[in-house]
Amino acid sequence: MPPRTLYEKIWDAHLVVEAQPALIYIDRHLIHEGTSPQAFAGLKAAGRKVRRPDLTFAVMDHSVPTKNRHLPILDSNAAAQFEALARNCRETGVRLFDMHSRNQGIVHIIGPELGLTQPGQTIVCGDSHTSTHGAFGTLAFGIGTSEVEHVLATQCLQQFKSKTLLVRVEGKRRRGVTAKDVILAIIGKIGVAGGTGHVIEYGGEAIRALSMEGRMTVCNMSIEAGARAGMVAPDETTFTYLEGRPFVPRGKDFQIAVDYWKSLGSDPEAKYDRVVELNAAEVAPQVTWGTNPGMVTDVTGRVPVPASFADPVDRQAAERALEYMGLKPGTRIMDIPLDRVFIGSCTNSRIEDLRAAARVVAGKKVARTLKQALVVPGSMQVKAQAEKEGLDKVFLDAGFEWRDAGCSMCIAMNDDVLPAGERCASTSNRNFEGRQGKGGRTHLVSPLMAAAAALEGHFVDIRQWRVDGGE
Amino acid sequence: MQPFSQHTGLVVPLDRVNVDTDQMVPKQFCKLLTREGYGRMLFYDWRYQDGEVPNPDFVLNWPRYQGASILLGRANLGCGSSREHAAWATHDYGFRVVIAPSFADIYYNNCFKNGILPVTLPGPQVDELFRRTEQNQGYRLTVDLPSQTITDEQGLRLTFTIDPFRKDALLKGLDEIGLSLQDGERISGYEKKHQPQAILYDPSGVDFTADVTQ
Ligand code: SF4
Repeated sequence: MPPRTLYEKIWDAHLVVEAQPALIYIDRHLIHEGTSPQAFAGLKAAGRKVRRPDLTFAVMDHSVPTKNRHLPILDSNAAAQFEALARNCRETGVRLFDMHSRNQGIVHIIGPELGLTQPGQTIVCGDSHTSTHGAFGTLAFGIGTSEVEHVLATQCLQQFKSKTLLVRVEGKRRRGVTAKDVILAIIGKIGVAGGTGHVIEYGGEAIRALSMEGRMTVCNMSIEAGARAGMVAPDETTFTYLEGRPFVPRGKDFQIAVDYWKSLGSDPEAKYDRVVELNAAEVAPQVTWGTNPGMVTDVTGRVPVPASFADPVDRQAAERALEYMGLKPGTRIMDIPLDRVFIGSCTNSRIEDLRAAARVVAGKKVARTLKQALVVPGSMQVKAQAEKEGLDKVFLDAGFEWRDAGCSMCIAMNDDVLPAGERCASTSNRNFEGRQGKGGRTHLVSPLMAAAAALEGHFVDIRQWRVDGGE
Repeated sequence: MQPFSQHTGLVVPLDRVNVDTDQMVPKQFCKLLTREGYGRMLFYDWRYQDGEVPNPDFVLNWPRYQGASILLGRANLGCGSSREHAAWATHDYGFRVVIAPSFADIYYNNCFKNGILPVTLPGPQVDELFRRTEQNQGYRLTVDLPSQTITDEQGLRLTFTIDPFRKDALLKGLDEIGLSLQDGERISGYEKKHQPQAILYDPSGVDFTADVTQ
């Protein structure tokens, strides 16, 4: 057999029908309230059944309130979606984590946390950030609702094979530079469509050095680079993270699994359609200034001058973005004043993210000029762990709000909304117009940078603060 | 699915790159339970001012583009969220064809599932279509899937490529799920040998809302 990449090995192992497109088998199907009701309705209308309810897991995350969950849901559309999900799960035998479960959380946080996500699997979800799970050496990607229906009915998907892109990140990150900065720098380099049609494999010394949390942050934003999936070959870091989690094999079975997982990494001679290289040592903390994640620069940089873009289409896009963002060309990033700070989302709300942010804020106070500083843990398990470590106190003492788990102000489908015209430093993954609320202005940053910005009321170069690590 | 073979219609030019699906259908409309009725929500925040008053500056509201059924866009159209609402809204608004130099993967895919033909053309050809659309009031194109051509009334003739399977599925309006279900035996066969990797372990202590398996 010719040498193969990680992607090709998983692809080959899941081929049910080899054709163009191929029919590939799906090991885990994750669903949430937002993109599944129409799929269940379609299934029912066609008189079809859920083929493998045992491989399907549902969670409420996008529209859930992050406080006062014992109260009735006033948003009637959201309430109807929750009811529909609960009913669909009951009727079809799919297991559900509703908003009162101790294991509830953002779908891409709880999959790995429960060990549902394992190397070598195929995972899909009606959500583009399914790419997160690729951190485990998993082929994981987002699908549309018609495809959700297809997987419910067949546990398979019709798929065209993707091209492969190796993003090799060598070198050592500087203190204060996190996985978030690395992926934002990658997107800044290859562009928001740079990975279209490709599956990205992240490799190199700087990726190997990342914790699982950091790898998830990187893979999470593959879609922001246009790639449906991003992956990292499993290694000891992966196995250590997985051992003992509820859905992971134990004892001898774990050893058997690890032996298999070890065989998944790309063969040394394997060929990629494209290779991009980046030196982690040269990456500075990143801040986005525009309305897509590719509009990003170093914290020490300035808001660009649109006329500096060679392509007229890019120039026009930059002009429009600056108008929406209310920014003047040439403004120093560190001079941009903030109204709110949001620490959360499937990109950066895992325990390590919260620990890192807490190290920054410990003993300090949120700037008086800020209207709100919000910490929303990615899952109720993350929340419980953080509280065990006293992180909730650290945040509350500093003036942050401490909430229950959900997507929250990443997408503002619940009450956590960024008001029009206000400016937010956010650890989430999308700075699209209106993403955090109609007219809201989003700057994407790492948890360290968000925490520091909350204290100062504007962006600061966290490297000057000598805070330790954080992925 | 609704089949697609040939379509002639008015073209509307959306001169923006990286149009994301959050703009196509803002999140507040992703809380509905149906696939229908999203046309009114398409490009909601761009299209309307407060109180759902049409924004006269937005191209879809210009009188000359009323009734458009072909959307002409720029690179990386439909990027971002996987929400199929974007494709539902595109279709429900009345678009049958979307033309751009490139599409984001998921939106591209979702178009096919909803009887919309997404056509990828080289940048210079798209530029030319923008010029013609803007210069000629009532500019129309005919998009023919069997011959994979785009023509206008001035003699322009462009060809486009499309995957043969996707073409066939769109021409016939195939039910993809029905097709895959015909492979039921192969799926079962696969499940028999694949079992060890897919099997669940011991989720004791996990707080399922209603553990239907117990
Ligand atoms: S946290 Fe944000 S990006 Fe992640 S799944 Fe939720 S809405 Fe999507």
